[in-house]
This record gives sequence, structure tokens and C-alpha cells, in this order.
Amino acid sequence: MPKRSDIKKVLLIGSGPIQIGQAAEFDFSGSQACKSLREEGVEVVLVNSNPATIMTDPEMAERIYIEPLVPEVVAKIIEKERPDGIIAGIGGQTGLNITSELAEGGVLEKFNVEVLGTSVDAIRETEDRDLFKSAMIRIGEPVPRSRAVETMEEAEEALAELGLPLIIRPAYTLGGSGGGAAETEEEYYRIVDMGMKRSRIHQVLVEESLVGWTELEYEVMRDGNDTCITICNMENMDPMGIHTGESIVVTPIQTLSDQEVQTLRTAAINIIRALKIEGGCNIQFAAKDGDYRVIEVNPRVSRSSALASKATGYPIARVTAKIAIGMTLDEIGNDVTGETPASFEPAVDYVVMKIPRWPFDKFVKADKTLTTAMKSTGEVMAIGRSYEEALMKAVRSLEIDMDLGYAGKYEPWTDEEVRSLLSTPTDERLFAIYQALRRGISVEEIADLTKIHPYFIWRIENVIAMEDEVRDRFSVPILRKAKRMGFSDDRIARILGKERAEIADLRIENGIVPTYKMVDTCAAEFAAKTPYYYSSYEDECELAPTDEKKVLIIGSGPIRIGQGIEFDYSTVHAVMALRELGIEAHIANNNPETVSTDYDTSDKLFFEPLTLEDVMNIIEKERHFGVMVQFGGQTAMNLAIPLEREIARRGLDTKILGTSPEKIDVAEDRERFNLALQKMGIPQPEAGYATSPQEAKAEARRIGYPVLVRPSYVLGGRAMEIVYDEKELEVYMREAVRVSPQHPILIDDFLQNAVEIDVDAVCDGRDVLIGAIMEHIEEAGIHSGDSACIIPPQTIPAAVQETVREYVKKIALALEVKGILNIQMAYKDGIVYVLEANPRSSRTIPFVSKTVGIPLAKIAASVMAGKTLAELGYTREPKIPYVSVKEVLLPFEKLPGADTLLGPEMRSTGEVMGIDRVPGLAFFKAELSADNPLPTEGVVFISVKDEDKGAIAEVARRLTESDLSIIATEGTAEFLARMGVAVERVEKIYAGSPNVLDYMKRGEVSLIINTPTTKQSVRDGFQIRRNAVDYHVPYITTVQAARAAAQAIEIAKSGEITIKPLNEYHQEVR
Amino acid sequence: MIGVLGLEDGTRVEGVGFGAPSVVSGELVFVTVMSGYEEALTDPSYKGQLLMFTYPLMGNYGVSGDNFQSDRIGPTAMVCREVWDRPLHHRSTRTISNFLEDEGVPGVSGLDTRMLTIKIRSQGAMRATLAVGETADVSAEDVVGLARDQPEISTLDLISAVSCRQPYRIPGEGPKVVMIDLGIKRSILDSMACLGFDIVVVPSQTSPSQIEGYEPDALFISNGPGDPQQAAGAIEAVKHFAGEKPVYGICLGLQVICLALGAETYKLKFGHHGGNQPVKDLASGVVRITSQNHNFALRPQSAEGTGIKITQVNANDGTVEGIRNDYLGMEAVQYHPEASPGPLCTKERFFASVAKEIEGRRR
Repeated sequence: MPKRSDIKKVLLIGSGPIQIGQAAEFDFSGSQACKSLREEGVEVVLVNSNPATIMTDPEMAERIYIEPLVPEVVAKIIEKERPDGIIAGIGGQTGLNITSELAEGGVLEKFNVEVLGTSVDAIRETEDRDLFKSAMIRIGEPVPRSRAVETMEEAEEALAELGLPLIIRPAYTLGGSGGGAAETEEEYYRIVDMGMKRSRIHQVLVEESLVGWTELEYEVMRDGNDTCITICNMENMDPMGIHTGESIVVTPIQTLSDQEVQTLRTAAINIIRALKIEGGCNIQFAAKDGDYRVIEVNPRVSRSSALASKATGYPIARVTAKIAIGMTLDEIGNDVTGETPASFEPAVDYVVMKIPRWPFDKFVKADKTLTTAMKSTGEVMAIGRSYEEALMKAVRSLEIDMDLGYAGKYEPWTDEEVRSLLSTPTDERLFAIYQALRRGISVEEIADLTKIHPYFIWRIENVIAMEDEVRDRFSVPILRKAKRMGFSDDRIARILGKERAEIADLRIENGIVPTYKMVDTCAAEFAAKTPYYYSSYEDECELAPTDEKKVLIIGSGPIRIGQGIEFDYSTVHAVMALRELGIEAHIANNNPETVSTDYDTSDKLFFEPLTLEDVMNIIEKERHFGVMVQFGGQTAMNLAIPLEREIARRGLDTKILGTSPEKIDVAEDRERFNLALQKMGIPQPEAGYATSPQEAKAEARRIGYPVLVRPSYVLGGRAMEIVYDEKELEVYMREAVRVSPQHPILIDDFLQNAVEIDVDAVCDGRDVLIGAIMEHIEEAGIHSGDSACIIPPQTIPAAVQETVREYVKKIALALEVKGILNIQMAYKDGIVYVLEANPRSSRTIPFVSKTVGIPLAKIAASVMAGKTLAELGYTREPKIPYVSVKEVLLPFEKLPGADTLLGPEMRSTGEVMGIDRVPGLAFFKAELSADNPLPTEGVVFISVKDEDKGAIAEVARRLTESDLSIIATEGTAEFLARMGVAVERVEKIYAGSPNVLDYMKRGEVSLIINTPTTKQSVRDGFQIRRNAVDYHVPYITTVQAARAAAQAIEIAKSGEITIKPLNEYHQEVR
Repeated sequence: MIGVLGLEDGTRVEGVGFGAPSVVSGELVFVTVMSGYEEALTDPSYKGQLLMFTYPLMGNYGVSGDNFQSDRIGPTAMVCREVWDRPLHHRSTRTISNFLEDEGVPGVSGLDTRMLTIKIRSQGAMRATLAVGETADVSAEDVVGLARDQPEISTLDLISAVSCRQPYRIPGEGPKVVMIDLGIKRSILDSMACLGFDIVVVPSQTSPSQIEGYEPDALFISNGPGDPQQAAGAIEAVKHFAGEKPVYGICLGLQVICLALGAETYKLKFGHHGGNQPVKDLASGVVRITSQNHNFALRPQSAEGTGIKITQVNANDGTVEGIRNDYLGMEAVQYHPEASPGPLCTKERFFASVAKEIEGRRR
């Protein structure tokens, strides 16, 4: 069946901001779909609220809208663009939900838009638990016994019928958010209540618990001609009861026989046929001793499909898009082989391991137990020729300063503590298994406590046996054996008490170097054309280095808080720039969700851990002209100096391109940077340095409270806090960070109530291109990554902006920046202070680039490759006649127990952009996109600290003028009343009812404005914010944001939201 | 134990030996299934071949015997990257190493099987010799020389080694077929027995008059090893029954039918061995994923004028996967609808339609 000729224009819905349960995989899928459709001559209209995506790049679609992903806005876009079709299954759950709502609301029918690929009915049949169950029963596929529940009465009946333990899953939510396993009645009712509130249709599924069964997944594909294929199967190392996104996953299935594998495959195909899904689909099963259950079906591309694409080389999203426009699998080519069609099943000749990356290092208080709801932010994938190799490479890729043999903090633990880590699944369980084996706890007992199949535990036992062999009988053949099993030089060195370099040299002298094998979809049956490689220690290396000038770009590894998709965006742009200049661009990265690891993004893709050894191995083989470390976030930056040293030590010619590692060090080393600023006469906050608690107290007193404290050895805001007095400082030094001469802490003056400023710029050593000056909406002290910001600045006087520009230029030239630079500043009482300068791609690069229409990362890469800004034609700072606001997405909803307070430590997972002609509307759109919609009617609860009361009165007055009513607790209420604002008084939480929690539970609060006092804020504040998150009430925690909100509400009430494609905005740039 | 593998192109690699110590020769082929080593190892069609698995981890779920395709190991030896000897599976009774040892077959692990696969892909299936034993016993073995001394597989009569010695019957209520056993896989018989076929399995050299004596409704030619030209008896039988009785075939059976009708077969460079081969039905356009194991194929041009109609082709390389001759009532597939190992997409469809067709003719 050739592609349909009646489909000329298609609307693609992106997935919005990165959040727990929805990461970069949808940018990867969306970009692939855009390319795939345009290859077939179809015009693509794209909408997404997330600027940090490749899919929203001007080259990706005919028209791109960065607008809120809500049905009303998408309906406006449909009205304006009149697409022939819409593809629902590319933008994750967000895309499915919006498409369903547009169909239900009659919008699609009204404008004659056809849902392409998987239909809305099919979506409903997989998402509605009752419909799904009856569909499965109809085709004879076994499902867990269950009941859909919509009221508490039904919940009671379900409990009586099914008995504990039970699993609760809300319908229509992301990553199973709001679900969980209940072992007691109390837990059961609590989770059911929460789940119903989270569900878009107020429904949860209560089902029999399959705890301890093996969880398996199939990626299946079907075309309109009913051809069905499976792309790959996967086995979760963690048993049922843990969300697959939270599980360690291996491809292909390890512990089932072919008969069982084929039984499940047949079931998967029966299911996709029965549901009439067109395109890719993910099906999850539970299996035990030959028996199985169908758990769920996701009728769309997903994180699993991204993993499956990277694990096999089969581009699921690309093929799904073509199926949506009527093509059949045998008409679609397999790009990897270039000669075979897409209608085949990939065969792999390696093992693939996925391990999630969790944010618990950032949320000390959050409950670390892994459940049926997702908590991880990202994941790594590793490929090996053996299980152990894949496992150890995956652990290395996590960048958590631990390898399998990490003993560190576990050493003093009792056996009982280790056992409890085994029985309660957390991010540490893999390491706990290793510890348990080392302590002589039997495989049987570990299997019993963890419910993990002994196969996986024996594999770890193999690693331990190899370690012992290395320790006791080290020789060159043993070294070879250990390398072949996947040990790093570093680990071997530590076992032997030697230096890493010693092992590396011994290894290379003896010719023990990695071979690079190709990922080719077909286990070498056909010659592959796409250059996608992984390392192993085998006989034959398939890499064929060219004589071209080539550059290796280091990617950013797994998505984590502080290092998100923005860095992948920049990495991809660097590749584009190099390819345009005719330079061969290579990528090293290990994140399976991203565009950078798509097989056709670069000239060569190395799917590898990003450690010194793994990167050096690639360089030794390819002998690159240069390496770029400025785009892959801190992961890549941390390699700058070690790489430079190792390249010199090994006598290679490869250069670190762009700003020199020496100058990078000046920027990153606090003392050197302070000195440099002093020399330039640029103000900076008073700063100190302490190696003991006594010293710290003296320094803090000298500088004056409040002060910002942090350990000197951790980057990215980890363990950074604002302390207001000596007592808090003592607590910090006792609980958070131990101060010692080896681990000094840094103490900075905290500029209270200052306005924070961010600037992204590119410098070629002579000229400086300022991308934009961003004004933060939250005050200084909130991590810049968590702060909303606005372009152009709204409250900063022109003269001050000039000073900002002058400082940027001075610093760029002084640091001899070649490439990209981000500078953070604070403005207070007429003085501009420089807080830090980072000579690398920043989190805001995509936001700035999308706002002003200039690809900063691409320009920077060209500069690093030797071009000047003048040559490239970019020397003038762009001016925009519109306004763009960046807002962040916070993960608190997904992390029960975590405090929702913002501070100097970054907490957000993703960001959105709101763009419009005036600040109020841009802010309103940004909040809407960030799932924090500002109400235009209803009740606002206000509770602020004393310092903020004056400012908040004005906000309250404006809100009442917009016809919102105000409630407040005693202090705030009295103050507001005194200021003449109409306010209703409610009780404090501990003082009885009705208090604000009662209002929230009844769904009567539309917005909460709560500014916390200090870090040890009263329990009230914590409870209010936590409940706001749990009951999904929009909330604001700073006065500045409250002010912006009041203005936004005012304007939104008076005018409708308008939409406009990004390219039209960019035409207005002067 | 070590294992030393030599190929006719001069390649010599050393790995870890397992199974039964011995020196064996044959043709080295690769199979790309990721599970199903138990089925593949007991497939008689691998007779005369050293079977190399491209998927690196072998033995994970042990050996149960549930899925054996014959009473013995088909290939001459097993070649792989890694063998796992601690299987834990509810059906497993022994490890893969024990299995090979029990059956007297040698194996070698620890090899860069991808490197060897690429050699075969570019140079074609190669003659090979594997020597497994203690280092002192086999390290000096001239495996490359031995490999080169082997006869080509096309010249070998492998069928008589794997065909049954005596006829036997699997009674059923449905259509009665005589199955000429050229090395039949048990799953074919199981799939047919499930549908009620009344099956008489006969040795490869059974004469047409002996077959007539069973009064079958149809003749069935099974799969088997090597070159179809070696199946002279079966070719004769097809010629004899052409037009008299419907004739069906699987894999080698298809090639035998084609030769009997005057078409030609040829040897593929390295054959199709795997569970992911896409087969397109030319009538409906639907592609189904099939299990395959063959080195020879029908030359499509030679089918002209023989009444053979090509009904299915391989979506990867266009080779013939299914034929019909409606005038003579013949149908055959090149793939294995019974799977084992591999996907079950074509299982019910093929055997049920054969049953229906025979029933239809009988009435």
C-alpha cells in the first residue's frame, strides 16, 4: 500500500517538559517522526512547550509552535493550520491525552482532522482498564484479576473480592504516577484516594498482586495491512511490583526458554492485532514457571521503545510515522542495512543493559523505595558481548562515583542492614547484592529477599570471582580475561592498589585494546551502513577510521536533575555545525533516550560510558583532530583536564577544542576565579573559605549572615544551602557536609532580594556575541536552573544592562573563551555582582536560541572549529519586540515526602517556554505549560513571611480586582485586612478546622501563594506545599513570582491567548 | 579443555572446549536465533554442519528435552561465544555442556563469533574443523588442513543418516498422509498430529509402490539436511504421485518438489538460518516473520513452464519462500511453519490450510 495521497499536512504534538516519567525519549521519537514524514513530502506542523528539543528546531518542521500543550491551545492551532491528520502516538502520554480530549470535544470532527495511525478508540481500549480487560478476555489472553474503581464504595467491594496485597494503578497518568502497592487496608484506601484524584477520568484499577513474577516487555509494530513484527523483547531484572522504568532491564530475555519467549511473542501479536494498533506499541507481561499475564499495553512510542530502538538499531518512531501515513512495513526501508525492508525482526549479537538514574542525591528526604510509580529522571544503556560487560559498563555510565565493587559507605553496615537493603527495593539494591555476596550471604537467600532470579545474582558472583582472581593471581592473561568481562582499568588498579595509568599502560603494551563492534539490527547477517559502535574485547575491530579531519563530541550521559535534555540539544547542534563545515563528527554518549544517540545524527556514534578510559580508547583508535567537552554538561567538562593530561601522557596529537582546560580551570576554581574578577575590577559577593567548623563560623560572621554555604568539591549546586544564623550553620556542618582540610567549604555573602541575571554568549577570542540577557523572576539564592526567567529584562535599567554586557565581554576575553560562555550575575542597589562564569554550554542555551532565533550552540561549535563570529555573520546582540518566559517543572508530585521548597540546590527536571507580545501573557502561558495554571477565578490562599507582607498586599489587591477571592491565616489575614484587602480568615493547620488543608481537599483552592520563612520552616508551610502538590493545586513560593502571576491573571482575563508560530516571531528580530 | 577451530580460508582460532572431546569436520554456518538452542541443536537439517550461534549467551535456561526436534544432536559441533552452566529453569534437567557430552558432540566457546559470522557473510559458508580436548592433545592439530580436506557438503548423502530406519505411524482421525522423512523435525509431526492428521512416516528411500500401499490422501516431503539433489528417492516419489495425489513440502521438501517438476535449485552463499526471516505473501501483501534453516533455494527463472507458481518471497532478498502448483495440487514452503525455534506466525495457517485442502479433495 503506497502512502496516502490525501495526507498533505500533519500535526505532531510533542510531549512538553522533561519530567519524571517523560524524558528525552519523546524528543528523539518526535524528531525521527518529523524527518520521516518530511522524507515522504508531508508538511509538518509541530507544537511543543519545551524549547530544549531538537524537534522544535526550525529545520525540523514547516511550522513550529512553542505553545502550552492544552487542548484549548492545540484546538486554536488546528483551526489556524487545518492539518489533514494528527498523529497521537509520538508525544507520549501528553500527546495521547490531548488527542483524546480533542476527539471527545468534537474539535477533530469540526475541522475534519483524521487521527492517523493508532485510533482514538484503540487508545481508549488500552487506557480504560475495564475496556482493556474485556478486550483481553475476548481474545483469550490472561490478565490479572482486577476491578476498575471510581468511588470509595467500589473500592471497598474490590478489596473484599480480591484481597490484599493489591496493586493500584490510576487510569490516564504518566509513569503510573499516583499508583502503588498496598499491603494494609490503610495503605490501600490512601493510594486509591490519591490515584483517583490524579486520574484524568477519576478511575483506578485495583488488581491482584504479582509480586515476584518476572516482568517482560515486547516492542511490537503493526501496519495497516496487518503485518505484525516484534522489534525486541526485554526482561526486567527487578521482579513485578517495580515500574519497568524503575527496573534494571536487559535485552534480550535471559531466563526464559524459546517456547516461553514465542508464547509471549504470539500473545503480543494477537494483542496488537485485536486492538488494531497501527505503529509501535509496548506490551508488558508477567511470567512465572510457564504461566503468564498481560499487564499493560502502551499504544504509542515510549521510553521502552526508545530503548528498543537504541538496543537493536531499529528506528521505531521513524517507521511508526510512515505507517501513520499509510505505508506498509515492507515498503519502508531499513536504513541500517540499506538493503532490507523494515518488515523483519532485529537479531542482536550482544547484551544490552539499562539502568535508571534516580534523583535521590537531590532529595534526601524523599522516599527512596521503588514502586509501581516512577521516580527516576533518566537512564543509561550499555552494550556488551557478555552480561557482565554490559552490566559493568552500565554502572560506569551512571556517573554516581560507584562501581559494582564500591564498598565505601556500606562497609560499616551490619549484615542486617544489608539484608534490609535487599528486601526493600531502592536505587542501591544492585550494590547491596554485591555487598551481600561479599559477606557470604547465599545466592538463595538474596534471591529470596529480593525476588530477583538467581541468574542475575550469579552474574554478579562471577564479577566477584574475577575480582578475586585479579587480586590473587594477577598476570597479563588474567588482565585480558578481566577486561573481556568488562572491568575498567580503574577498578583493576584499585583491586591491586595501583594507579589507573599503570594498568592502562600494561594493557596497551600487551595489545589488550578494545575492539569496536557494530550495532546492525541483524547480527552481522547483512553488511550494515550506519556507523553505530560499542566496545568489547574481542578479536576483530570493525571500526575503519578515515583520513578525514574528525572531532569527538562528548555527550552528557543520563538525564538527571541539573543536567537535562538541554545538553543533548547542544551536543546535536555541535554535530550539525561540524558536519556543515565538512568535519567528521563523532559522538560518545550512553543515554538511549536522546537524539544525539540516534544512528543518523553523527558520522560515528560510540555508545559508551563517559569515563576517561572509555573516551581515551575511542581517541586512541580514531586519532581525532580534536575533542569537544563544552556541550555535554558537567559530565564532559569534568573530562577536560584529565583528557588533556592523558592525551599528552600517551603522546597523541588530539586537541581539546575551544576554551583551554587551563582557562576552564580558572573559571571553575573558586579562588582563581575570584582573583581574576578582582584583577578586572568586577564586583563579586564577599566570599570565604573554611577548613574547620571554627573557621567557618568566623568567616560567616566576617561576611555577615545570611550566607551561602557549599562544599568546594561538588559542582552543580549539590548540598548548597542558605544559612541565616550560626545555629543553622552548625546544623549544616553537622548534617549535610562535614568540613575538613580535605573537604573545605565555601562561604559566600548571600545577596538577599537581589535580582539574578543570566547571560549566554559566544566568544571567538576577539568578538563577543551576546545571545540574550535573562532576568530571573525568583530572587537570587534560588538555583538558576529552578528560576523562571524572562527575555528581555523587565526591571533592569538600561545602564545596568550595559554594565552587564561590559562584564560579559571583559570576562570572555580574559578567560580567552573560544566557544560558549554562560555568566550568572546578581543586581542589587545599583551594583552588578558576578556570581559565576561557566565556559560551557548552559541549561538556557536552547531557551535563548529559540527565543531570539539564533543557534548559539551551533555558532559556538563553528567558532571552536576555527571560524570567527565575523565570518559566520553573528556579531550583534539580537533585539526582540516580544517577550519570552522560561518556567521550570518540579518533580515533587512524583516524589512523595520531598519538600517542595526551592533553594540554591537545583530541583527541577525540565523547562517550558511561554512566548507572547507582553510579559503577563508570556508568563501566563509558561505557567500553563508548566502544569501550574494560573486561575482566572476562584480562591487564592496566601501565607507569607513577615518581610514579604508589604509586597504581597499589592499582589492581593490586584488579584481581588481580577475577581479572585483571598483566604489567609491569622497574621497574613489581619495584615491584608488592615491594608484594605477583602480577605477571609482560615485556621492554621494545627489550630483546627476549617483550615487550608480542608479547602484543598474539597478542591476549593485555585492558587496558593506561600513564601517560606527559613530552611527549618514551620511544619505548616511544608504541609501546605506538600498537599498543594498532592492535590494538584497551583502554587507560588516567591513574591516576585506572585507579582508576575497577578499581572498575568489580569491580562489573561482581559484578552484571549493568541498563538503564533516561532518562525513568525523570529522574523521580527532586529 | 580447549577447542581449536580451523576454516578453509586459513582462519584458526582457539577457545574453551566443552562437550565431548573429539575432532570433527563439516560446514560452518551461523544461526541468528537468540533463544531456542535446544531446538536448533536437535534439528536434523543441521547434519554435516558446525552450528555457530551469533547470540553470545548460550545455555541460560538449560536443556529440558521438551523441545527436542529429534532423538539426537543434528549438527556436528556447536560454536559460540559463551556457555552458561548454571541454568535455573522449571523445566531444565541438565546443562548444555552435559547435553553435548552425553550426545558425544564437541563444542567450543569464548570465540569472537561475530568475526567468524562476518567471514561467512562475505566468503560464504566454509568447510571447518573443530578439535576439542586437552591442550596437549589438540593444540597441534592441523585444523585448517583438515577443513580443506573435507568434501563439499553438496556431495554428501546426509539424508540417509537422519531419515528413520523403519516406517512408523501416528494415527489420527483426519487426512491420511505419507511423510517422506528426509530428517524431519518433531514439531512438524506434533503440529500435524494436533490437527488430527493420520501420518505414516517412511524412510527416504521408500519406493512409490510401498507408499501406495498405505493408501494416503496426500504425500508430504519433510525438511532435511544438505543438497536436494541427494534426495533421489523422494524426487522419484513426487514425480510418481504428481497429479495423482496432492503433494506438500517443507524446506528441503519444497526443493525436492521443484526438482521433481523440472525446476532447478542452487546453493545460497550462506543460507538462511534464524528466527527473523520476513516472508511476504504475494496475494495479500502481508509479511510474516518465519523460522528458517536452509542453504539451497529454488532458482525462480527455472520455474517457468513447470507449472510452479511462486506465492511467497523473502522480503529481505527476494528468494522463493512458497510455491503452489494448483493443477497438480502441490504446495510447499521454504520456511518452517512449525517454528521451534522461532516465531509461530505461520504455524496454524499452514497446517490448517493443508488439512482443509486435503479434506476438500477427498470429498
